[in-house]
This record gives sequence, structure tokens and C-alpha cells, in this order.
Amino acid sequence: MHRRAVMLAGIATTAAAVVVLTSCSSGGSGESADGDVTIEFAQWWEPELPDGEFRALIDDFEAANPGITVDLVSGPYASTKEQLFAGAASGTMPDVVGLDGAWVNDFASQGVIADLSTLMADSGYDDSELASQVQVDGKTYMIPVVNFVYPMFTNDDLLAQAGIDAPPSTRSEFADAAEKVSALGDDASGWVLPLSLEAPNGVQNDVMSWVWASGGSMLADGQPDLTNDDVTSATEFIGDLWDSGAIASGSFTMKEQDKVEEFTNGRVGMMIDSLAHINLIRETNPDLKFSISAIPAEDDYTGERGIPYASWGIGVAENSEHKDAAFKLVSYLMSEETNSKLSTMANAFPGNTKSVPEFVADDDLFATAFEIYKAGYPANEFTGLPVAEELMRQFGEQFQAALDGQQSIPDALEKAQTAWTAEF
Amino acid sequence: MTMRSLTAPDTETLVTGVPAAKKRRHLRRAAESYGFLAPTLILLFVLMIVPIVMVISYSFQDRAIMGSSTDLVGFDNYVAILTDPGFWKATGNTLIFTVTSVAAHLVLGLTFAMLLNSPLISAVPRAIFRAIYVLPWLFTAAVIAVLWRMLLAPNGIINFLLDSNIEWLASPQLALGTVTFINIWAGYPFFMVSLLAGLQGIPQDLNEAARVDGASSVQRFWNVTIPQLRPIIISLLLLDLIWTSQQFALIWMTTGGGPIDVTEVLSTYTYKLAFANYDFAQAATSAVLVLLMSMVLAVFYVRHQKARD
Repeated sequence: MHRRAVMLAGIATTAAAVVVLTSCSSGGSGESADGDVTIEFAQWWEPELPDGEFRALIDDFEAANPGITVDLVSGPYASTKEQLFAGAASGTMPDVVGLDGAWVNDFASQGVIADLSTLMADSGYDDSELASQVQVDGKTYMIPVVNFVYPMFTNDDLLAQAGIDAPPSTRSEFADAAEKVSALGDDASGWVLPLSLEAPNGVQNDVMSWVWASGGSMLADGQPDLTNDDVTSATEFIGDLWDSGAIASGSFTMKEQDKVEEFTNGRVGMMIDSLAHINLIRETNPDLKFSISAIPAEDDYTGERGIPYASWGIGVAENSEHKDAAFKLVSYLMSEETNSKLSTMANAFPGNTKSVPEFVADDDLFATAFEIYKAGYPANEFTGLPVAEELMRQFGEQFQAALDGQQSIPDALEKAQTAWTAEF
Repeated sequence: MTMRSLTAPDTETLVTGVPAAKKRRHLRRAAESYGFLAPTLILLFVLMIVPIVMVISYSFQDRAIMGSSTDLVGFDNYVAILTDPGFWKATGNTLIFTVTSVAAHLVLGLTFAMLLNSPLISAVPRAIFRAIYVLPWLFTAAVIAVLWRMLLAPNGIINFLLDSNIEWLASPQLALGTVTFINIWAGYPFFMVSLLAGLQGIPQDLNEAARVDGASSVQRFWNVTIPQLRPIIISLLLLDLIWTSQQFALIWMTTGGGPIDVTEVLSTYTYKLAFANYDFAQAATSAVLVLLMSMVLAVFYVRHQKARD
């Protein structure tokens, strides 16, 4: 009896050890005896798309590529990011990965994502249709699948109440409109500026966007250049808006979704936001009348305006044993037809220059946004930078201290410049 | 019998004086014990010892995890973290957040426990109060964070009721106090439930005897109730100090360590090093320092538990 118990305990122990060890070493993908392969594709896209539509797109891929099965690993953006970084550390990254431009430099320098330039060359892929490629040291590591641009949204009713009959197109007009809307009272504010340090992308989309809209840059020769005239002018413009009380309360802990909520509830006159939220705003508040315009530029600026964008990027894991199959999936998603479908369902602009999303023809707001997009140039200088999110956070901390009156804006820029330089 | 007579003499018995059969029995008994303990020991090893040793080893490396090759850098990471003003700011905030939270948890928990234990309240209201008071404990940190973010928003219910426009979480002057308040709200029921159990275990005779001796209610509280509850209170305080000093989710989801750095605590500081800066070596160093600080509390806790036994 005792001996049997010991034996059972031993078997249980061995089984537990085997389970633990195999789960540690498994990469998640595999090849069956008949040569069929299963590849994992981790992304945060599926939860953000209408139910079942992304899976249907992948089903089409599987039908067109017998022998390849795609295992979708879907989760929210933040958990996908953590999962990928954990997978990178343990060498168990899924074969195909959804990427944000802010992660690319870190993954590439760690050697955990594959050089797509080589994969493209090996498979004879023609990259001339790709709208853009994210490179590190001259090699492509990420292909933007779809792009979400961030134009200015204006609440037409609030602006009209404040006596403004057209969306502002210069900084002076914007400041004037913002102050007039704030003066309406009833919790109304001219502009909403999210500066949360938990998700610091407000620095990219709502602060640096002012620099890019006037053709400025926060970099010089690829290195931080935060104390230049363009950045100083844009941040001081925001500082003046802050001092005049034209910015909605709660900025320092506000996140992107809070910003959208404030606008959707009709409490702010203007915001800079992703086109991806148009349908959400319409569904949540069908009575809200709003327009889309280019982000205002400096008063005397006549050049092309940079328009911030964020991408759903794609890459292949270096540890993937099925890079060929993985790249087939990449090229399928970047094909003219599939990319059109995906950009339509995501309300985003396609990563393939030949693809045309249906909403451009069906919807005035998207048509306007497409015009703004074509008239300017997509700008996101954080893409491809090392520790991009941390750079945003470091800037956000200094900028918050300046807005709070603890230091001047030039001092904040100087300190942020020092912090950034240490990261490069 | 015949077989036994044919067996060779037990040389081991001759040398050691311990019969081989007896020794085998000892060995088998020991093997049995370890056989039963083995699953737990292996899990303990895999889930606790290995990760802790790995984290400690990362703290002595450069570019741990993220680099294709790493170098041993001795105590460089410790020097870097201990000379970083951000670490000390986070330590100070952690101290304020923890001590205030734990003290308030105790006071509130004891107050509500005594209320629920009072004979002045009948059974039905007591059950209602108990359900209401224990509610915060039923919510996860994520729900608590979302709930209070909405309540405390500049356009939220609290400001509506106060007819004000206070930025409770976004103001550098108020944020630490506000997250501490939320943590107090979220954590007092643990004290309340534990102390209520303790109060119900105090023999009525003690209070009766004190009353006969002429002790007032305040005297009975300090000289009967508190001494009876002391072992529970000390255990709760030590456990809560350890838990609260490592609170992460609530702070991360309400303020993200901001505004500026006023709610930065050691857990958010460490998280940012790892998942925003991708500096897992320094994050491991910070984690080891937090571990050492927690160990001090853990030693007190274990000593206290031993003393009770």
C-alpha cells in the first residue's frame, strides 16, 4: 500500500515536472507528420474589430493556403505588448506578431524579430506597393498594415455657440476658439489634452502633433532635439492654452479613452483623435455634430502639414520555425484586396498604396480625412525610436511639472532632452 | 530457512553494527516521506526558488533578458538604483501610502468591527451593515480603480455633490492623498472581518469581571478588548504592511504614478523600469531591494507567529 502511494507520488511528480518543462520550452507552433504547419499570430486587432470579421479574413487565408493553420492569439493592446516582451525574453515569441512602431527598435536590437528585408528578398516579394516600412539600421522589421491618422475633431454646435463658424486652421484661431468655448461655462472646455503617465501616448498624439503640423521635428539627425524653436514654440503654445484655462480639467491623469468620452459627451470643443473613434462617437452620441480638419499650423506656415498616425504593424519572430508560412500570412494581409478589406473593417488607411477602403466613398468624414491625409504627410517620429514609450513618459513628466508651474517650459524641454539623450 | 542459511553474511552489519534490514526500513520511511513531499517541494522550487534566484542573478547583470549576451556588472545596478532620486522619491511615497493606509485600515476596521459586534444593533440591521461594509473587499483592483476614477473625475459625482471642480487624481497636491484614500476604502474590510472574529472570541466573563470591578467602557476597551485582540492586530498590521507596500494595480490604473511623480511607488517604479524602459536588470535590482525591505517585515511576522505558537 505504502509502496503504491510512493509510486503514485513519484508518477505525479514526474508528470508535473514534465508539464512544467514542456510548457516552458514550447514555442506554440508546430508541424504535423503530414507536413501541415500551425503558426501563431499574436495581435490586439481582433478584439478591436467587429466580431468574427478578422477570423473570417484568416479563414480565407487558410483556404487559399492548404497546409497552413493560423492560431490567432488575441488580447488587448497592453497585454499583447507584455506577452510579446515576455515571449521575446524566453524565446517563445509567436511566429507572426502584431507590432507597434514604438516597440520595433527594442525588439530589433534584441534580435527577436526577423529581418523582413531578407524574407521579402527570399520569397521574391515586390515591396513597391507598401506605403511604408519601419526600419532599423537600414533593415525592415515592421510593415504597417493599416494606419490610423489623428486629425482635429471639432464639435460644431459648441463652436457655433461660441461664435466660431469654421474649424480653426491656425494656432491663433485655435487659441481664440478654445478660449471662447471655455468661456461658455457649463463644464465646457475648448480643448482636451490627455497627459496620463500610465499610457503616455498623449505626448505623441496631442503634443508633438502640433510640432509636426507645422513641419517641425523633435529630432535632428536621428537624435533628440527637444530644445529647437519648433518644439519650444508648440509647447509654449500649449502652455498658454493651459494658463488661459482653455484645456479641460484632469489632464494629468487623462487617457485617450477619457478624451474621447469628454468629446463624445459634448463637453469639449476640439480634440485631436484617431479616425478609428468616428463610429464609436456616432454610436454613443448620434446627436453630436462634429467635423474633421487638419491640425492647425503656425500662423505663417504654408508648407505641408504632418499628420500624426499610429499603425497596426506586422513582423515575424526570429525564433519562428516556419518563417516561410509566416511571411505568406504577412504578404496576404498586405495584398491589395485583403488590405482593402482590413482597412475598411478597421476604419483605417491601408498600408498597401493600391488598396482603397470602402468608407472613403461612403462617408463624408472619412473622405475629408483622406483628403487631409493626402494633402499632408504621415508623421510619427516616435516610430523606430528606442524605448519610445519611456521617452513619451519622460517628456510627459517634465511637461506636467511645467504646466503645474514648477518649472519653465524651456527648463522642462532641457530636462527632457537630457533624459532622452541618455536613452539613445 | 534453507535459503537464509545460504545467504552470504551481512558485512554491513558486521562493520556498522546496524542491521541492514533496519537501515533499509529507515531509508524506505524517509523515501516515503520525501515521496509525499516531492510534488510540493518541486512546485516550491520551480515557482519560488528558481524565479527568486533568477531575479537576483539578473540584478548583477547588464542588459539582462533583453541582450543577446549579458555581462556580470557586480553591484553597478545597485549603485545606479540607490543613487537614483526617483527610487528614493518612490520609497518615500510608498512609506506615506503604506503607513497611512495601514493605520486607517486598523482604525476603520476596528471601529466597524466593534459596531457590528455591539449588542445595541439587532440582527437584521447588523446583517445589512455587514454586507455594506464588506462590499469594497469584493471588488477587484481594476473595478475599484475604474469606479473611483469615475466618481472623482472633474465632472464626476463627488464634484457634483460638492459643487466643485477639484482634480482629485490629477492634482499634484492631492493625488497621493486621493489614492491613499481609495486604498483605505478598498482594504479596511479585511481588518473588519478579522477583528470581528477576534471580538467574538473574547470571553464575556472578562468584560463582566471588569464591569464588576468598576471599569468604564473606555477602560474596558483599553484593558480588556485591545489586549485580547493584540495578537490578531499585530498579525494584521504586519501582513497589511507587506501587501500595501507592494500595491501596484490600484495606483497604476488610477494615476500611473503621476501626476509628475507624486504617486510613484516602488511597484510602479519597478514596473516602468521593466516594461517601459526594458531595463530588466535594473528592474530586478529594484525588485530585490523591495524584497529585502519586505523580508524585514516578514521576519517580524514569522517571529511574532512563532512567539504565539
